[in-house]
Parts: sequence; C-alpha cells; structure tokens
Amino acid sequence: MSLLRLEGVTAYYGHLQALHELSLQVDTGEMLAVIGANGAGKSTMLSLISGELRPREGHVYFEDVDITRTAPHQRVRRGIALVPEGRHLFGTLTVEDNLLCGTASKRTGGWDLDAVYELFPIVKARRKHRAAVLSGGEQQAVAIGRALMSNPSLLLLDEVSLGLAPVVIKDLYDGLRRIAAEGTTLLLVEQNITEALSVANYVICLLEGRVVLEGEPASLSQSAISEAYFGNKVTSRTVTKTKGAS
Amino acid sequence: MIWTNAVIQGLLLGGLYAIFACGLSLMFGVMRLVNLAHGDLGVLGAYFSIILIEHLGGNPLWTFAAVIPVAAILGYLLQRFLLDHALNGGELSPILVTFGLSIIIENLLQQTFGANDQSLDIGALSYQSWKLATNVYVGRLNVIIFVIAVMVIVGLQLFLSKTRAGRALRATADNRRAAALSGIDPKRTRALATAIALATVAVGGLFLAMRTSFAPTSGSADLLFAFEAVIIGGLGNLWGTLVGGLVLGIAQTVGSQINPADGILIGDLVFLAVLAFRPQGLIASRNVAVR
Repeated sequence: MSLLRLEGVTAYYGHLQALHELSLQVDTGEMLAVIGANGAGKSTMLSLISGELRPREGHVYFEDVDITRTAPHQRVRRGIALVPEGRHLFGTLTVEDNLLCGTASKRTGGWDLDAVYELFPIVKARRKHRAAVLSGGEQQAVAIGRALMSNPSLLLLDEVSLGLAPVVIKDLYDGLRRIAAEGTTLLLVEQNITEALSVANYVICLLEGRVVLEGEPASLSQSAISEAYFGNKVTSRTVTKTKGAS
Repeated sequence: MIWTNAVIQGLLLGGLYAIFACGLSLMFGVMRLVNLAHGDLGVLGAYFSIILIEHLGGNPLWTFAAVIPVAAILGYLLQRFLLDHALNGGELSPILVTFGLSIIIENLLQQTFGANDQSLDIGALSYQSWKLATNVYVGRLNVIIFVIAVMVIVGLQLFLSKTRAGRALRATADNRRAAALSGIDPKRTRALATAIALATVAVGGLFLAMRTSFAPTSGSADLLFAFEAVIIGGLGNLWGTLVGGLVLGIAQTVGSQINPADGILIGDLVFLAVLAFRPQGLIASRNVAVR
C-alpha cells in the first residue's frame, strides 16, 4: 500500500531548480534510502514531504490524501515526522522537555518516554540535562526520540550520521532497525552510502534533482552506484568532488 | 535611613515595572517581535477600567476581573489578525505596524477622553501605609502591587515550565522551525504569547493608574521603562525581567533622593551602563547564550 506519493514535483531555490518532476512512492513498512551528493535535491525533497517547502508543480499525497498545501505541524498530526539535518533540538530545554514537545500532535501509539528511553538508554541517563550540553550522538538520539514521540507512521531522517563517530552511527542505526521493526515506515536521506545501503530495502539515488538510479541494495553494483552518485565515470572523480563540495 | 527608604520604595516601584515588562519579554522571546504599542495597550486597560467604573461604579479593584480576560482576548485577536500578517512582511513591518498601533491608540484615547490626567480612585488604600521603622513607611497599595507583581511572574514562570502550552512557548522561543516540525501550532503559540502579554500589561496599566495619574500618552514612557527593565535583566528571561524592573525602580528612587529631578535620568544611566558593560543583561539568558 502506498503511504506517501510524490507526483511530478518540481521545486526551486531562488532561480535554481532543485527538483525536476520527481515522482516516488513509499510503501507502508518500507525502509527507503535516498542517497546522492551535496545539492542533489535530497533535503529539498524532505522539505516537500515535511511541508516546509511547497512544490511549484506536482502533488504530495499521504495515505491518499493530497497534503501539498498542508502546514508542517498539521502533517505531524497526520503522521509524518522529520528528524532535521543538524538535529535542531531545543537547546535551552531539558532532554525530557525536548521529547515531550514531540507529543504536541497528541497522536497515540507505542512510543512514549519509556519506550524512547528503552530504545536509547543514553537519552534516559541525560534526561535532566539541557539538550545543548549533549554530545552530537546523544543529540541525534534525542532528535530521533522527539520525532518518535509523535508516533509517526512515516519517519523522515535527514543525514543522521553526519559528523558522528562510526561507533555512534552504529548505535543509531541499530535504533533505526528497531524502529522499523516496530512498524514505522522510514525514509532516510544519507550521504553515508554504506550505512544507508546496510539498512534500506530500497534505494533511490538522486543527481541534480532527478532519480538516476533505483532498486534493491543487493541488485545495485558498486560501480553503478558510484556513477549515479557522482554523475559520471569514477575515473574523473577529482572533478566531481569539487563540484559536489560547491 | 533615607537611603534605606529610597531602596525600599524603589524595590516596590520595580515590581510594577517588572509586571509591565514581562509581556514585552515574552513576545520578543517567542516571535522576535518588539511591540512598540505595549505601553499603550496597558494604558488602554486603565481607560477601560475608568469606563467600567463610570457606568457600574464600585472600587476599581473589581475591574481586574473584567479587564484581564478582555485584554487576553484582544491579544489573541491582535496576533491572529494583525501581528501574524506583520511578521510575514519582513523584519521592519512588525515595528512599523506596532508603532502605528501605538499612535492610533494614543490618538483614539485623546479623542475620547481628552488629554487630561486621570487616575483610578481606590479610596483609603491609596494613602494608607505601614510603618517599617522610624521614617520608613511603605504604602499599602505599593506593597500589594509588588506582591502581586512577583506572584504574576512566578506564576508565569511555573506556567512556562510545567504545562504543555508553556513548553510549546519555550520550544517556539528556542527554535521556531523545530517547534513546527514537532507538531506545535506556531499561530496558536504566538496568539497565546500575545494574549498573556496583554493580560499582564493590563494588570500593570491598572496598577499604574491606581498608583499615579495617567494620560493617553503615558504609554510611551511606560514602554521605555519596560524596555529598560527587559534589557537590564537580560532578554528572554522572566527572572531577569523581574530583576531588571527592581534595579530600574531602585535606580530611579535612589536617583530622586540624590536630586529630585534626576530620578528617571539615573535610571536611564543605569540602563545605558548595563548595555555598555553587560549587554547580555544582569541575568544572562540561556536562550541567547545557546542560540
């Protein structure tokens, strides 16, 4: 069953077209990874789904309802939660208050304080601290926990692993596997291809606002992914690297 | 002893400033909006009380029960139908809109009530006092105002820290984007902040009107004192606003003791000194420190 559908969405940042008539579908229970270099349109796509950005053309459907013009907080009520890149915690609030802010949508389900603390024991240990004093990994766990508190049916994650140590990333991804096992559909955007491919059951690679490669991780060869990710042959990597960094 | 007396009187006056300022602080914290009509809205509450007394009679104290809810509703509507639109228009438009609102209120009041000074007559309470020591008397009304001011700020702080709506206000003040992404309704949160701001400034306006005389243009001076209290204490921090109000009140009365004409000037100098040497305020706000 289709949980989320993007139909021919185009989006711009100023005059720059970030997405070109992008269409994709996320099914219930799926774990979809969207990969791509900087500027490929991944975060733009998430903004369209979370409601922070409206497409210039095309439609966004959630549970077969057109939500193209629905405000972000109303989308949380419908069951879409985003863990934004850079975490965006409420630094002046305690960890527990951060988590409780996630209950503003008043959706009910299996996720509450106890469940989040059980998923990420490190969060429980820090629950009385202000979020600003936590380490990057702890903050990321809190951000995921806060999103879970709204009991989403679709959890969007933007660059969960960015700037974190491998051992921390491993813990967070273990958490994501458990979240998926509890029945939440996940859509994760990653530059860390290795981690993304290890958890996802379907991968989409974006390049300059278009889908250039998709399939089950096992069906995609390393070279095909590299080619789709960087936009040309691996031999010219030096050129694409500077392009990606701009 | 005259200095002790000055400090005590200043402390009591500072409570009034704090109650005037806390709504300004809250609105700035939640939506980065500087409401230039804040003082005028307090004065508007005082005139509303005068109308009520004219028609219904009795001691002005009862009008709190009518003015506070009306002010809160007015605040809610003001945010929904005016300030929310102003916030969408860039950084300058909220300032222009609230400045315009300030002019409109002052002129409307002048048209309706004339430019003369008025005051709310609360009978014997206005001159009764308690004796603390030789030559140190405190006005009963001033003590009551001070106690209620502290209670309002403590109550507001408890509301912010213990309730779901208060948490939403704090979260919005901290990170608007993340608040919306967590399912917090930004419009409702802003309207709640303005409702609280107008309710508290109306309380301040009524107390001011009971304590001294006021006129349609009093709001501008009140706004200035409220600003000074907020800045002295530290932006976006209620305890800071309370401390700022008290420091300003003490500076003004001690200043008046030095030279009766210089009270307000000394208050302004203390404000400028804080701005110059400790711009984050006496109680540094955690909000500002983190963001």
